[in-house]
Amino acid sequence: MAAISRDEVAHLARLARIEMTDSELDHLSDEMEVILGAVARVQEVAGAEVPPTSHPLDMKNVYRPDVVVPSLTNAQALSGAPAQEEERFKVPQILGEE
Amino acid sequence: MSSIFKSASAIAESLSKGESSAVEVAQEHLDRIAAVDGDVHAFLYIDTEGALAQAADIDKRRAAGERLPALAGVPLALKDVMTQQGIPTTCGSKMLEGWRPPYDSTVVTKLKANGVVILGKTNMDEFAMGSSTENSAYGPTHNPWDLTRIPGGSGGGSAASLAAFEAPLAIGTDTGGSIRQPAAVTGTVGVKPTYGAVSRYGLVAFSSSLDQAGPCARNVLDTALLHEAIAGYDPKDSTSINAPVGKMVEAAKKLDVKGMKIGIVKELSGDGYQAGVKTRFNEAIEALVSAGAEIVEVSAPNFEYALAAYYLIAPSECSSNLARFDSMRYGIRVGDNGERGAEEVMRMTRELGFGKEVKRRIILGTYALSSGYYDAYYGSAQKVRTLIKQDFDAAFAKADVLVSPTCPTTAFKIGEKADDPLAMYLNDIATIPVNMAGIGGMSLPCGLAEEDGLPVGFQIMSPAMKDELMYQVGGTLEAALLSQWGKPLLSSVPALGAK
Amino acid sequence: MTLNYSETIEKYEPTLGLEVHVELNTKSKMFCGCATEFGASPNTQTCPVCLGLPGSLPAVNEKAIESSILIGLALNCSIAPFSRFARKNYFYPDMPKNFQTSQYDEPICVNGYLDVTIDTDEGPKVYRIEIERVHMEEDTGKSLHVGGATGRIHGAEYSLLDYNRAGIPLVEIVTKMIPGTDKYAPEVAKAYVSELRDILRSLGVSDVKMEQGSLRCDANVSLSPRGSGTLGTRSETKNVNSLRSVERAVRGEMIRQANLLEEGGRVIQETRHFQEETGLTRSGRSKETAEDYRYFPEPDLVPVAPAAEWIETLRASLPEKPSTLRKRIQESWGVPDKEMAAMVNADLLDTVVETVDLGADPTKARSWWLGEISRIANESDVTPQSLITPASVAEVIALIAAGELTDKLARQVVEGVIKGEGSPREVIEKRGLKVVSDDSALMAAIEAAIASQPDTAERIRGGNIPAAGALIGAVMKATGGQADAAKVRELLLKHLGQG
Repeated sequence: MAAISRDEVAHLARLARIEMTDSELDHLSDEMEVILGAVARVQEVAGAEVPPTSHPLDMKNVYRPDVVVPSLTNAQALSGAPAQEEERFKVPQILGEE
Repeated sequence: MSSIFKSASAIAESLSKGESSAVEVAQEHLDRIAAVDGDVHAFLYIDTEGALAQAADIDKRRAAGERLPALAGVPLALKDVMTQQGIPTTCGSKMLEGWRPPYDSTVVTKLKANGVVILGKTNMDEFAMGSSTENSAYGPTHNPWDLTRIPGGSGGGSAASLAAFEAPLAIGTDTGGSIRQPAAVTGTVGVKPTYGAVSRYGLVAFSSSLDQAGPCARNVLDTALLHEAIAGYDPKDSTSINAPVGKMVEAAKKLDVKGMKIGIVKELSGDGYQAGVKTRFNEAIEALVSAGAEIVEVSAPNFEYALAAYYLIAPSECSSNLARFDSMRYGIRVGDNGERGAEEVMRMTRELGFGKEVKRRIILGTYALSSGYYDAYYGSAQKVRTLIKQDFDAAFAKADVLVSPTCPTTAFKIGEKADDPLAMYLNDIATIPVNMAGIGGMSLPCGLAEEDGLPVGFQIMSPAMKDELMYQVGGTLEAALLSQWGKPLLSSVPALGAK
Repeated sequence: MTLNYSETIEKYEPTLGLEVHVELNTKSKMFCGCATEFGASPNTQTCPVCLGLPGSLPAVNEKAIESSILIGLALNCSIAPFSRFARKNYFYPDMPKNFQTSQYDEPICVNGYLDVTIDTDEGPKVYRIEIERVHMEEDTGKSLHVGGATGRIHGAEYSLLDYNRAGIPLVEIVTKMIPGTDKYAPEVAKAYVSELRDILRSLGVSDVKMEQGSLRCDANVSLSPRGSGTLGTRSETKNVNSLRSVERAVRGEMIRQANLLEEGGRVIQETRHFQEETGLTRSGRSKETAEDYRYFPEPDLVPVAPAAEWIETLRASLPEKPSTLRKRIQESWGVPDKEMAAMVNADLLDTVVETVDLGADPTKARSWWLGEISRIANESDVTPQSLITPASVAEVIALIAAGELTDKLARQVVEGVIKGEGSPREVIEKRGLKVVSDDSALMAAIEAAIASQPDTAERIRGGNIPAAGALIGAVMKATGGQADAAKVRELLLKHLGQG
């Protein structure tokens, strides 16, 4: 049975940029425990000799020619923006990293 | 006679003969939606103006003598996961409330080129995650057969719109059964084509390696007509198959399965399947035998791991696909008070913008891809995928197509499984293997279950790039059952909007 | 106490690692057809794909693959018969999808090397820099930080995002650890980036303009106590945007780490930022709490498996190596090492070669470009090549050789060309800058000069030859510099009985 702690779930929520409430974390830790227990079954048959399949199609080398096609207009690009200024997307201050 | 109870092909015929106009047909459907959608809630957005304008354009071109495509002027309901320029696209999520995409999906481009009149956008489980349409941020869709029951999911809106005679055609998308399971529980037809047959460009991604858009209708021929209209190579989708589209309509009209080998998948009909589902399924098999098919039993021992593998692969891909919803460029933004930083605003937006099931899967996927867990979870799931493909290869060596019930049960009550994710996930047990292998799958009605009088779905699976086969078998089975019943199953849907 | 560079080297041995990001000069972006032109107005070179709009899908630019293979071949790498794109998942507002489509464990080129030569105390020495990998990825958007004092990220009130750069193809070239460079570490780093830049330019795959960011270098530096045989913790310095900065950044970082260690401190694994003004690095984000990037194969793209014939065709098309070309030029022109180096460092070799190809004498061409033209360029902070064409320079040199211009006049001609007055001949015409070679006109000027300075003339007559300078000067002034000074001297001395 896979065990997952509440702290681990909180860490995952941080990685996934979701601000979870305490009760949500409690609830989700319990659910994750159950779900992980169920999905961990895949390990029963996933032997080293089995190659992984990441994609249903066996295709390769699909390219497009290096040709410029018209872009969206500035207005179209910004049409969904929650905020904009000077033809750019306006976002809250970016902290901590650069 | 109003066009609303007609099939798409019958509407197309009357339009081409000039017996009715596209505007009349569109208006009749819009009126029907106005009358019954309060009960059903299949639609999230109704594009009255756009639909009528499109219809008027078709009428004008027809009047000018232009040769129009087969489905020109026929109305359609579009799942809200497909972008249509200028038309709200929410994916059933609060996150995208009010977003109007600046571009058309390839499916929409093709529909427009075919003159299909798009009535509006249909309800769905948020970001296509669910089997009941209860996960929509905009409220559930009700099954026209019994308004207290679910219409399936994620494409419950599209399927319900067909069963409620709000549209003769609909577009769905299928990641683990989201076209076929709703078709099964609403008594309609839905096809998940071979992966790569229909462009995914403009389909808001849930799980990229599993997602596939497909046609939905009330009969096999209409489904085939729509399939041919939306399928085909698209350079904008690198995983699109670069080959001519097969002749689905021709296959649907063959009505002949003599000498075909039909494989019953042993693992997809045993325990956990409702008695009435099994009965109807077995009757359908007998109908196929009477039509000349040879039945073989095949075994797919690794299918029992498909559900587990699916609930690792799909959440993993979704955790990445849904990362873009961060309130910076589009969609809602929560908590931007000029003080908070971008990261905090992202976290608050994603907390409020996503529903419970979506968050559950994002967290699960984030876990499965984490360093230290990748090999045990995502990596193992990919290996299971290989095993499932091998099972299919072996089965298709013995049979031309494979069959099973589409779902273990008929439609359940709204709310019944809402708090039990694992029970909910079991709905897709028979549909998921098809997505894992990227092959084709169809669900068509095979009767009403004795115990509850609700529709039962029959699933046909065909090898990759041989989607014609399921149309051939489906068309034949449909004709055989229709002659037994004497009338279409959907004629038994209770009257709606009577109050 | 504070260690200086030579004390640092006495105590510690450096190990380098260099990561160079190159923006390819393809016409369109890596995964969409948007233009890549530098300096377009904000968000006008974007589309659903590079904005990461829901539903959009990437499609790989073939030219970017070709360029990457060319780079790999030029760096003596093996080209992987099978490579893939992966998703590198992390949230950042300048990255529209919140994952970067990049290559991870399956890069397109691996295991190459590049030899660079630097001047050491013992003469020129070749260092072989081993290349670990060359992989493809996409660039991010650009953010503008508004408010606060510095326009920098810290203290900004909000940020404005422009995604024109998002999705421009990047190739990252990563070296293996480079030990054994000792005190030459800064020079080796610079020589490597410089050589790499020349190779990329000769391949024509990138603009390689460090100042515009089309070539960016991250320098990893670690120190270990001399003779200890252990490897120290490394820091990664980003934002190194000129060749000179590469050298300064490595030197500065070595000194910083040495002093830190000397004081009993510990080097932490972190990202640091190079500051042009001070030559020092500043702490950025610590990598000890490293993000978990949750890499997985990009499901929207298919593998890159270049055919052997394609690779061989590209190999056959490789241009002459810059180092070989340089050696050949140096030998045929007979240029001393130092001057050759000066030309290369000033980025003028190609330009001088072009001028020589137009018929100019190599020594003259070199001296014009490195002398007068570079001086004017420095004054206005532009590149010499932006001021005048090799054709104009070759023409001026030809006119001098033909005796139609003196060096002094030629400088005026060049100045006129730079000011946009036209071709050299047009400038000569407009400014009336012909060498005065008519003896009678000169004699008149000489006589006038003698008349105005009789005492000087008398001294010359008396054998004081050096005094002639004053009169020659007067004649030159009178003729507006258009006389050939040697000729004036000859006529003057003859006239005064000294010839």
